[in-house]
Amino acid sequence: MNHLPLIIKREYLTKVRNKSFIIMTILSPIIMMVLAGVIAYLTNLNKDKVRTISILDESGLVQDVFKETKTTKYHKLNGITIDVAKETMKETSNYGLLHIPKNINVDSISKHIKFYSEESPSLTFINDLENKLNRKLTELKRRELKIDISKLEDSKVWVNIGQENFSGEESSKVDSVIKLIFGCAAGYLLFMFIIIYGNMIMRSVIEEKTSRIIEVIISSVKPVQLMLGKIIGTSLAGITQFVIWVILFGILTTVATAILGIDIMDVQTPQQQVLEQSVVNSGLNVEIQNILASFFNMPLLNVIVAFIFFFIGGYLLYSSLYAAIGAAVDNETDTQQFMLPILMPLILAVYIGIFTVIEDPHGTVSTVFSFIPFTSPVVMLMRIPFGVPIWQQLLSFVILIGTFMLTVWFAAKIYRVGILMYGKKPSYKEIIKWIKY
Amino acid sequence: MSNLLEVNQVSKNFGDYKALNNVSITVPKGSIFGLLGPNGAGKTTLIRIINQITMPDFGTVHLDGDLLNPSHIKDIGYLPEERGLYKSMKVGEQALYLAQLKGLSKAEAKQRLKYWFDRLEIGDWWNKKIQELSKGMAQKIQFVVTVLHNPKLLIFDEPFSGFDPINANLIKDEILRLRENGATVIFSTHRMESVEELCDDIALINKSNKLIEGKLIDIKRQYKTNTFEVGLESENQSVLKESLTEKFTISEANFKSLNDDLKLNIKLSENEKAQDLISFLNKQAYINHFVEVIPTASDIFIQTVQNN
Repeated sequence: MNHLPLIIKREYLTKVRNKSFIIMTILSPIIMMVLAGVIAYLTNLNKDKVRTISILDESGLVQDVFKETKTTKYHKLNGITIDVAKETMKETSNYGLLHIPKNINVDSISKHIKFYSEESPSLTFINDLENKLNRKLTELKRRELKIDISKLEDSKVWVNIGQENFSGEESSKVDSVIKLIFGCAAGYLLFMFIIIYGNMIMRSVIEEKTSRIIEVIISSVKPVQLMLGKIIGTSLAGITQFVIWVILFGILTTVATAILGIDIMDVQTPQQQVLEQSVVNSGLNVEIQNILASFFNMPLLNVIVAFIFFFIGGYLLYSSLYAAIGAAVDNETDTQQFMLPILMPLILAVYIGIFTVIEDPHGTVSTVFSFIPFTSPVVMLMRIPFGVPIWQQLLSFVILIGTFMLTVWFAAKIYRVGILMYGKKPSYKEIIKWIKY
Repeated sequence: MSNLLEVNQVSKNFGDYKALNNVSITVPKGSIFGLLGPNGAGKTTLIRIINQITMPDFGTVHLDGDLLNPSHIKDIGYLPEERGLYKSMKVGEQALYLAQLKGLSKAEAKQRLKYWFDRLEIGDWWNKKIQELSKGMAQKIQFVVTVLHNPKLLIFDEPFSGFDPINANLIKDEILRLRENGATVIFSTHRMESVEELCDDIALINKSNKLIEGKLIDIKRQYKTNTFEVGLESENQSVLKESLTEKFTISEANFKSLNDDLKLNIKLSENEKAQDLISFLNKQAYINHFVEVIPTASDIFIQTVQNN
């Protein structure tokens, strides 16, 4: 008798109907949106704050650099010494004091500019000041050196190395960024999925043990069937939750943008701003078309197919381990010691993906770890956008599936014995003994 | 075929631990079979082997003439000692699910559940969750789920635990009725009075070995010690006692009596008969009470296990 569909159906329905599951499904996107909204609001609030900065320009060279904006006002001081200026600062509520000393040449000025303030100024703020002064002082320095500025501008050359592989597909630096984002997103998604829904499987196994229904069930079905039913049922519930999240998030983003006029996507962190500035400075102009082109430059079909297969393979591999842990212990607190060996390779995979694949997607480390079954789903998913030979993907997948079957066999053994053991926390030694039963 | 279940020389090891050693039992069709033994004797392992939860290392099990196979799952109803139900699932849904796992169709399961719920007067629990029910109520559901698919063989491991006396009686009557309707029952318990009351056959397992098996009445005959419980009315009890001690093995007995009698257990040797004792006693005192001591299941249990 094949009870698998029945078990899957029960697991799925119990999960989906569970109150906390429903609440989590609905609340999570809302909470995230609210959080994003709050951050956006707070950032805007910060932007509206007007800062007044006192400037003591003893050199008299950079007076015209500082133009008032909505959020920054400049208060220019004249004819006083820096010590007096510092004293007057105490009486005002000005944000800080920028001091440009009197000096003979631009070089020494640039080294002695100082910003005095009560509290440490923000990174973006200092960056902004530096940029302004840099531009002005560079100009002055050039004049000092009698360099023809128009010729200098003319002499600049931007090199843009076109990338093309031997089969004639073109790519660019933007491509790499997009591929990276895509790979990381896929890897992270798998990582999150394994942790969230693996835990759910584990808890559902423990629940059957603590409620003592397990012996009733396995007098009707084979433990392996029950385990697979649990894994598949819970995964389907997980996918349902994920899909709902994506849809809800989409709807909420649209609604929030329309009603509140806050563009969530526009919320920028200071780090991003700094990053963008440096990107702009290096002359790389990121355009939407470019990004789109890069997106379609990826081996899309390959990426999607591989994503599905490696995602399922990796998830199943880990979830069978979670099920085995659930079977081995009596309650959730006892799971700690067995979680570490599961989490280690997962975390390793993510870090290898982020640090090594970025550096060299086809290097030895990346390649090797994209074959080792416990790291391969994450690492391979991150590598594939950069173009991995099909034979490598297939080999890696075959290894993954082989390991999966081995793990299921191994997990089923632990599961079969473990679910009937009550009351004590087993050691690793005992678990290994169970496999021989 | 007069035997429903035949277990032939089954052995099972867990690592170095021998849980069952060459155990054979035969359960006649339509009987209530008591599977007895102290804690850790191997009863649960044997029951799990019959339920195909664990596989024996050696030996065979035949159910109704066929070697045990997965199709037998629907022929067995098992109420384990460690039992429970999904706490947050509704009673009806849960019962339907478990019935379907035993191979019943949904419609049939529903119909039978209705019958049983009416019978045990628990019809209005259908939409309740197990966690809202008392332990005794949950046990009733558990019982219904065990017998719902009309199995040929019912295995009850401590079925009365968790029931109050009224409900325990109710369940006992249901078990007897199921037997009348053709089911065979294996009954594992430590409550010897229910063994006396219900079981036709018993097997005793201790330390992984089967020690005794057979009809309860035959075993009792085998274990009888030719001992008689007597109540004697005499003017001089100590003289009487002395004269008896010379002739027989005696010990103090304890039973209820209306008179201030000398209460004794008198053990006869193998070739002595009850008549001999009566005629001897008759000369010495008035006999108010004379009964053959029949070993109880509990006596047999304790004696066998201790001698082992």
